[in-house]
Amino acid sequence: MAVKKISKVQPEKFEFNKKNKETADSIIKNYPSGKQQSAVMALLYLAQKQNDNWIPLSAMKYIANYLDMPYIKVYEVATFYSMYNLTPVGKYFFQVCTTTPCMLRGAYNLVDVCKRKISIEENRLSEDGKTSWLEVECLGACVNAPMLQLNEDYYEDLDPTKLEQIIDKISNDEVPQPGSYRGRLSSEPENTRKTLIGNKNA
Amino acid sequence: MLEDKDRIFQNLYNDFGADLISAKKRGDWKDTKEICGKGREWIINEIKTSELRGRGGAGFPTGLKWSFAPKEVGSRPHYLVINADESEPGTCKDRDILRFEPHKLIEGCLIASYAVNAHKCYIYIRGEYFNEGQKLQTAIDEAYKDGLLGKNSAGTDWELDIYIHYGAGAYICGEETALLESIEGKKGQPRLKPPFPALIGLYGCPTIINNVETISVVPTILRRGGNWFASLGRPKNTGSKIYCISGNVNNPCNVEEEMGITLKELIEKHAGGVIGGWDNLKAVIPGGSSMPLLPKETCETIKMDFDACVENKTGLGTAGIVVINKDQDIIKCMARIARFYKHESCGQCTPCREGSGWMWRMLERMAKGEATRDEVDMLLDVTKQIEGHTICAFGEGSSWPVQGLIRNFKDEIIERNKFDPIVKKQKDIPYLVDQHLLEK
Repeated sequence: MAVKKISKVQPEKFEFNKKNKETADSIIKNYPSGKQQSAVMALLYLAQKQNDNWIPLSAMKYIANYLDMPYIKVYEVATFYSMYNLTPVGKYFFQVCTTTPCMLRGAYNLVDVCKRKISIEENRLSEDGKTSWLEVECLGACVNAPMLQLNEDYYEDLDPTKLEQIIDKISNDEVPQPGSYRGRLSSEPENTRKTLIGNKNA
Repeated sequence: MLEDKDRIFQNLYNDFGADLISAKKRGDWKDTKEICGKGREWIINEIKTSELRGRGGAGFPTGLKWSFAPKEVGSRPHYLVINADESEPGTCKDRDILRFEPHKLIEGCLIASYAVNAHKCYIYIRGEYFNEGQKLQTAIDEAYKDGLLGKNSAGTDWELDIYIHYGAGAYICGEETALLESIEGKKGQPRLKPPFPALIGLYGCPTIINNVETISVVPTILRRGGNWFASLGRPKNTGSKIYCISGNVNNPCNVEEEMGITLKELIEKHAGGVIGGWDNLKAVIPGGSSMPLLPKETCETIKMDFDACVENKTGLGTAGIVVINKDQDIIKCMARIARFYKHESCGQCTPCREGSGWMWRMLERMAKGEATRDEVDMLLDVTKQIEGHTICAFGEGSSWPVQGLIRNFKDEIIERNKFDPIVKKQKDIPYLVDQHLLEK
């Protein structure tokens, strides 16, 4: 289970690059004037993307200044939500869903593959330093279980062999095709569709 | 069985594409101006006639909810918030609406905003659905370009702006007041109610919060009439619903069906049956992980609608059906659900924060056969201490599945955990020591 720990090694300074600054300013405009605090989640996410997938304390301070809110409030948000990584993770970050619907379809076999091929423990970088993995709670694709999230993409309908192939590709810096690994394009029943048949042939 | 022509989500399986042109071909955005032209009263009354109940889990009548919004806009603006923080284990219906039927949602947002006097609408999407959010954003951009949103949305003379707000992986933000806190840029911890969000919600302003599926069916209901929707299903449980069938079935799938379809038909017909045959069925969780499970005997006959589920001591919830067969260890399955709740408790109320961990640890020991006989009753007692003693419904959501397990499979738990407490055998142990920490 994920334990929220602050990284001991922290960069001294953080600042948005030009592009992220523009994005941040446009996000702030989505909210009423004076309510710029609402943008804190989106800005933390931007900071995480800019900083190799994790958020240093300096980024929280920077965002607090940026939004004119107390640092502790940013800290609270960053530690509350599970998608913010407060310690470095791999460039390729596997999040395996193991909640009951996925577990029933063999999610723990995927965890075993991750333990074998990436690292024995969660949140520890692989030997080549590129990959890490984490067990997470329901990712909301239960019909396509077992599944995992690799950075922002969902990989669905997996089995251990297919996951091994995915990890092998990743170690060669090749990003495999996301989506279902049994050829499904949506959450329709495989081969036995009983509804909306007219549409299928349309 | 529902006829194909009566299915609202014609593009559930993405046969046509999600873009605006295909959506218009399917009938979206047709007569939106005329619908809004009939006025707020008419819209709300038509939704009341349809007896549409919220699809997010609680099943609150939507028309009634809308009528709680103040009739006139006072000094504070009104907001419409769409709950797309779909995180209930077993549920993945909103995801398909976001990626394949976004225009149904956007059109629904316009009509609902008009009905509740809102000029701004926030759609709260869980952070993991990044790609789905991008697809929705594309659809919103298309709608702006086509004049369907903005100053004079779809010719209705109503100004509406829709913004997407991404969550960041907190299940609790699916609770409506936690969701509002989260949009305000705070920790997602639920608020005390009352005041209800309809009067004091986002930024202290009147706010109506609806689930994605609820809003997406609204345009079709208004086009075909509330009476058409009410003719499906049975009174108080009307219309159609997307059911998600996952777990130990041959063909897990999402399917839109009439309310009140039998569980057996859903599993046997649409999902290709239980793995190992119907006789291999152990239990079914009917409405996402928060709802108590059903034993096989009940599964034979139960109808899937709100009231029938309540009669069988469970709930329809989000209609995320998780099928568990006899190859699985039922106690382990429930222990994993308890772990989910332990992980997702926001930590605001003590009974839930501590109790969810207790339940998880006790169930883990019970799954391994390391608990004592008395602990089964103790576990039930813990669930009763949580239920009803928390600010939000998370307390119920975490304790009901455990209660369901004990209600239906108590014999099985006791069979595996039939020891006497060690304190009965060894008299010299101080009373206040945790029994399970002692050496056996």
